[in-house]
Amino acid sequence: MKDFLRRTPRYFTSNRKSEQQIPDDLWQKCSGCNELIFSKQFQDNAKVCPRCGHHERLSAAEWIELLLDPGSWQEHDADLLPTDPLGFVSPKDNYAKKLQNLRESTGRQDAAVCGIGTIGELPLAVCVSDFGFMGGSMGSVVGEKIARSAERAAQLGVPLLTINSSGGARMHEGILSLMQMAKTSVALARLGEVGQPHISLLVDPCYGGVTAAHASSADIIVAEPKAHIGFAGPRVIEQTIRQKLPADFQTAEFLLQHGMIDAVTPRAELRAMLTRVIGLYNGRSKTEEQALVARSNGRGDGLTGYEEIYG
Amino acid sequence: MAEEQQQSALTPWDIVQIARHPQRPHTLDYIRGLCDDFVELRGDRRFGDDRALLGGVARFNGRPVVVMGHQKGSNTKENILHNFGSPMPEGYRKSLRLMQHAEKFNLPILVLIDTSGAHPSMAAEERGIAEAIAENLLVMAGLKVPIVATVIGEGGSGGALAVGVADRLLMLEYAIYSVASPEASAAILWRDASKAPDAAKAMKITAHDLLRLGIADEIVAEVPGGAHLDTPTTIQHVREVIQRHLDELSALPVDELRRKRYDKYRSIGAFQEAQTAVVSAGASST
Repeated sequence: MKDFLRRTPRYFTSNRKSEQQIPDDLWQKCSGCNELIFSKQFQDNAKVCPRCGHHERLSAAEWIELLLDPGSWQEHDADLLPTDPLGFVSPKDNYAKKLQNLRESTGRQDAAVCGIGTIGELPLAVCVSDFGFMGGSMGSVVGEKIARSAERAAQLGVPLLTINSSGGARMHEGILSLMQMAKTSVALARLGEVGQPHISLLVDPCYGGVTAAHASSADIIVAEPKAHIGFAGPRVIEQTIRQKLPADFQTAEFLLQHGMIDAVTPRAELRAMLTRVIGLYNGRSKTEEQALVARSNGRGDGLTGYEEIYG
Repeated sequence: MAEEQQQSALTPWDIVQIARHPQRPHTLDYIRGLCDDFVELRGDRRFGDDRALLGGVARFNGRPVVVMGHQKGSNTKENILHNFGSPMPEGYRKSLRLMQHAEKFNLPILVLIDTSGAHPSMAAEERGIAEAIAENLLVMAGLKVPIVATVIGEGGSGGALAVGVADRLLMLEYAIYSVASPEASAAILWRDASKAPDAAKAMKITAHDLLRLGIADEIVAEVPGGAHLDTPTTIQHVREVIQRHLDELSALPVDELRRKRYDKYRSIGAFQEAQTAVVSAGASST
């Protein structure tokens, strides 16, 4: 709230007394345009700013709720726990302690959630990274969940959806983290051999060893608008080459223009797009597709306000 | 034993310096020392020819192979030519072409790893460095010919692994292999690249560390002080070890070769799993 008071209020004036009467969570500030948004409207909009269209980060649970058919989700491998294989201790850092603290503060075990569910009534395996846990970094648990998801998809004969948002490999697991890139790749190669598609959704931000492995070797790659996606971070590149980078560098739109991804799709349209894609690879007939659309219109998305932004 | 004493006398940061020594033999020295009749195959047929990642066909102990590796220079001029051994996307796409070439003609692949990582630049990102690496990983996973990779100096990050999904991973005694260079690791972990010696220690990046972690399959002995003090002897050691692994791999039927490669990488990682059973996977598959 302090930051807010430093700006010139545009919509209403506030003094200390009235501010105290407003519950803390009634309004929140969009991290894209810095405007205050009514929290409920923001939540109902799948955390897309109704003013500027900024896509705020979602947790793994929020992604699952947003994209999968209600009640269809079954989590798997929730009992995979990270360990400290290197005994990583430095003057400033202690991985085992860090993990313990994060488990307590976030209530999560690691940076990915995986399982099976349905989208548009068709089953698929899903693995979602969780940027809120150590920047979504890929260590042994995340790599294992992606590999198991690929194997599960191959075994069931269903597509795989990975939702990727990550700072890259987890430094604290050293070479084992790097080798997760090979692990996910061998599993994905087998999925390819059984003829099931891997769809990768890239969400802001996605970098390093995740972008340079499963996130970019998918059959279909979709990114959210303005998501930052790359291999090397922009700071590293600027330092190495002493070049100023263009404003749109490493954005989803930049990648689309350079032929690296198939589509930039706003959050509001993702579910419809995935439904269509999965239906195509599943061989569902047009009649079934139309019947499904009719059914899901009746049910609704549970999301409101999209028309206001995207028309 | 003498070897262990020596190992304990060197810190991981000392080993990093040996691994990066400019006079250390580089990929072309190994190709010339290990192989006859080397014919370099150049270019990715898409954009250009990357001098940081070289390869071609050659004869190894009489047998035709595809050989490739990152090329560093021994002086500034060579380093500029070879971009300090840091490939661009076209380098990885050339290596992909060479690997598919090897598969087509049923030739085993020898890889020499020596890079601090893929080149971080605007051009690399524009041309899809991440996709180039990712595609290599996926394709190497399924190749039908034996692959033996040897880390001869520095194995840095995805730029090293992009040619390193091998059936056997060998490491020179004073080579290193890490998820990111010690400088980059320190910058990422503590926002201070000058803490690289701490990172080198904490990250477990030496050949002995990797053998212990089950990533490296064998360590190739160097002469005391490092390979640059006696290159012919070091290359002779490398030749013997590669030959032994290649013989073992060549005896395997293709399906078994690929299954073993799958198992090798699929099993890497350390995690705990509670005893509770996983929910039946077939529940909603209709």
